[in-house]
Amino acid sequence: MSRRVAIVGIGWYGFRPVVEEASFREMMFEAAVRAYEDAGGINPRTDVDAFASCQEDFWEGIAIADEFAPEPIGGTLKPVFTIPGDGLQCVASAYMMIKTGQFDVVVAESHAKPSDIVNMHDIMLFAMDPLTTRAINMPNYHAIAALEAQAYMGRYNIPREALAYVVVKDKRNALLNERASYGANLTIDDVLSMPYSVSPLTKLDIAPLVDAAVVVVLASEDVARRLSDTPVWIDGIHWITEDPSLEYHNWEFPIHARMAAEAAYRMAGIENPIKELHFAEVDARYSFKELQFIEALKIAPPGEAYKLLLEGAFDRDGLFPVNPSGGALGEGVPLEVHGLARLLNAVLQLRGEAGRAQLDKAERAVVHSWRGVPTTTSVVAVLSR
Amino acid sequence: MSRNIYVKHRPAVIGAGLTLFRRRLLETPKELAWIAAKQALEEAGLTLRDIDCIVIGSAPDTFDGVHMKGEYLADGAGGVGKPVMRVFVGGATGVMVPIAAWWHVASGHCKTVLAVAEEKMSDADIPHPQAVFRYIWDPVTEVPLQPNLIWIFALEMHRYMYKCGVKKEDIALVSVKNKRNALDHPAAQVAANITVEDVLKSEVLVWPVQLLDISPVSDGAAAIVVAREDIARRQTDTPVWIDGVGWALDTTSWTNRDLAFPEYANVAAQMAYRMAGITNPRKEIDVAEVYDPFDYKELHHMEGLGLAKKCEAPILTREGVTQRDGDLPINPSGGLLGVGNPIAAAGTMKVAEIYWQLAGKAGKRQVKKPVYTGLAHAWGDLMQASTVVIMRV
Repeated sequence: MSRRVAIVGIGWYGFRPVVEEASFREMMFEAAVRAYEDAGGINPRTDVDAFASCQEDFWEGIAIADEFAPEPIGGTLKPVFTIPGDGLQCVASAYMMIKTGQFDVVVAESHAKPSDIVNMHDIMLFAMDPLTTRAINMPNYHAIAALEAQAYMGRYNIPREALAYVVVKDKRNALLNERASYGANLTIDDVLSMPYSVSPLTKLDIAPLVDAAVVVVLASEDVARRLSDTPVWIDGIHWITEDPSLEYHNWEFPIHARMAAEAAYRMAGIENPIKELHFAEVDARYSFKELQFIEALKIAPPGEAYKLLLEGAFDRDGLFPVNPSGGALGEGVPLEVHGLARLLNAVLQLRGEAGRAQLDKAERAVVHSWRGVPTTTSVVAVLSR
Repeated sequence: MSRNIYVKHRPAVIGAGLTLFRRRLLETPKELAWIAAKQALEEAGLTLRDIDCIVIGSAPDTFDGVHMKGEYLADGAGGVGKPVMRVFVGGATGVMVPIAAWWHVASGHCKTVLAVAEEKMSDADIPHPQAVFRYIWDPVTEVPLQPNLIWIFALEMHRYMYKCGVKKEDIALVSVKNKRNALDHPAAQVAANITVEDVLKSEVLVWPVQLLDISPVSDGAAAIVVAREDIARRQTDTPVWIDGVGWALDTTSWTNRDLAFPEYANVAAQMAYRMAGITNPRKEIDVAEVYDPFDYKELHHMEGLGLAKKCEAPILTREGVTQRDGDLPINPSGGLLGVGNPIAAAGTMKVAEIYWQLAGKAGKRQVKKPVYTGLAHAWGDLMQASTVVIMRV
């Protein structure tokens, strides 16, 4: 049964370094209430067919965190399940479920409270293969990203100024985003004069963490038209895991994002992304990743993104705005919510509700998320209004 | 929820694979996943190149001791350069795996799915894998009480026995049956020919739960291949269709629930029955694999799934209805009590068993009566989740 799938409601809570006043369950509740209100005031007890929650046990600090998913989003005694993955993977599952014809309205949820985590570095060591890489006991897990940055910059002769430009652009864009906690007015020299955290990355090149919850309501075409005047359509969505072993994955280029983008573009019938799309929200947990993902999403040829970047093509008033929200560098990384944070910004742009961050032309966009080191999983979605 | 009986891409199971279920297997989790995956591919007559998408099922990361276990298992499950999606609903994950595989195919997004479930509980041996269950509770209200998982099942078992007037002897019959069924299962970990007397004499863990009432700590993996109708018909003469899926999650507050009747299993089953067009499950289901980590749970779940009336399951068991040659064979594989309980893999093992039973490939375990419609069920989280699939030839 092929019917289109639309986002009809979206709600968020937090996006602050520390959300003190609410527990993770209360954050879920707040985001859910807003999403249901945004979807035309639906009642989750009667109007939603299934719920997907994206979270990882170790980050929750609970061995089966799935147990805590139903109540805050109104899913008790209803079909609720967890995907330990990026929020966009929940959206992809919801998309497939609606496509089967058995479900009309599916909710995708994700939440994160990294401010509760006292031993993030130890947890990240647990994400590495217990026999091979964990034994190296690397003192800073960002070193994996730094090695990728070295490989990428060496392969394509990327100047460090390009990385600094990404930081400056994203943090400046974030000043216009009401959710962003890490907006700043910096110069390229400010970034270049920072000491390295892990060469070639400074503290400013690495996105900080943030607490947040996002809930998205998806619906089939007929229901979407009834619930919303401004449905945002999912024209294509796909996800790829490249290779979990660091030894074998490509250090120079994120093949996973390229493969996911190719599939999503094929679904959406897009041949020339830079001409057919208007802006992109991509993962930028590390400044150089934004360049890599721009290339993976075929917005620039491999190794060439920095040239367009330095010409201002990806500025918010440029040829093709990338991360007009400020991205992860400006907004922070809310762990598994990150994909939904990118989606949220794109949905608001497409609806014309992005406030001061609103772009002049926003009708079709691509959204991308990566699960961060040491993973090689990307999700890409093409949205239109 | 709409009921679409005309799913365009009707998904079928066309192959299944299983590792041995053992405590302290020497293989790594990745290797276990691949052993099961390879068998499933071989039975389906496909290679990894023919597989579009991967679904992974695995319960708490704490067992294997790996954060983001889905990412870690991806290559073992055949997911290099492929879309990989991991699903997780605690102990009910094993049957969530075919449900997720179902929507991957039924949506038209993938033509073929390799669905792999893996669990290596013995890695969490400090001091015993039970320790993992210290961290499943509400961190504010329950963890300070230092509850143990078997305690709450003892509460539930007690409640069920009281409400239905069931004796320990009746419940022990389940353990006897399942461990005996498992004697015919090549992967079985704790198959045995025991008597009710043995169960009643075994060590008391938390009264009324005794050692032989409970499934063991296991390592293992299970896999199935799910394919679209045209591919399924090309690959095999006996595709087993997934005609109904259902699942439900009850409230986190287990203390507020009716412990005598598993409402979550009922809700999940009703969803699957509605989709498969089943109105009288007791008559229309020919064979069922019901989640049995404890012997009373098989009875409890049979009632929740509508395979027996409330408090009727112990009577059916005593009359031999649930034996392999009975009118409604339950757990002909030997279930978790006999084959073993590597959490997620145990649930998928049940799906594999129903596939083999319906395809007539169960060998010595084949039930006596002809079977056309089967049910597989798993259960998990804080006694709150159920997942159900209905399969047909």
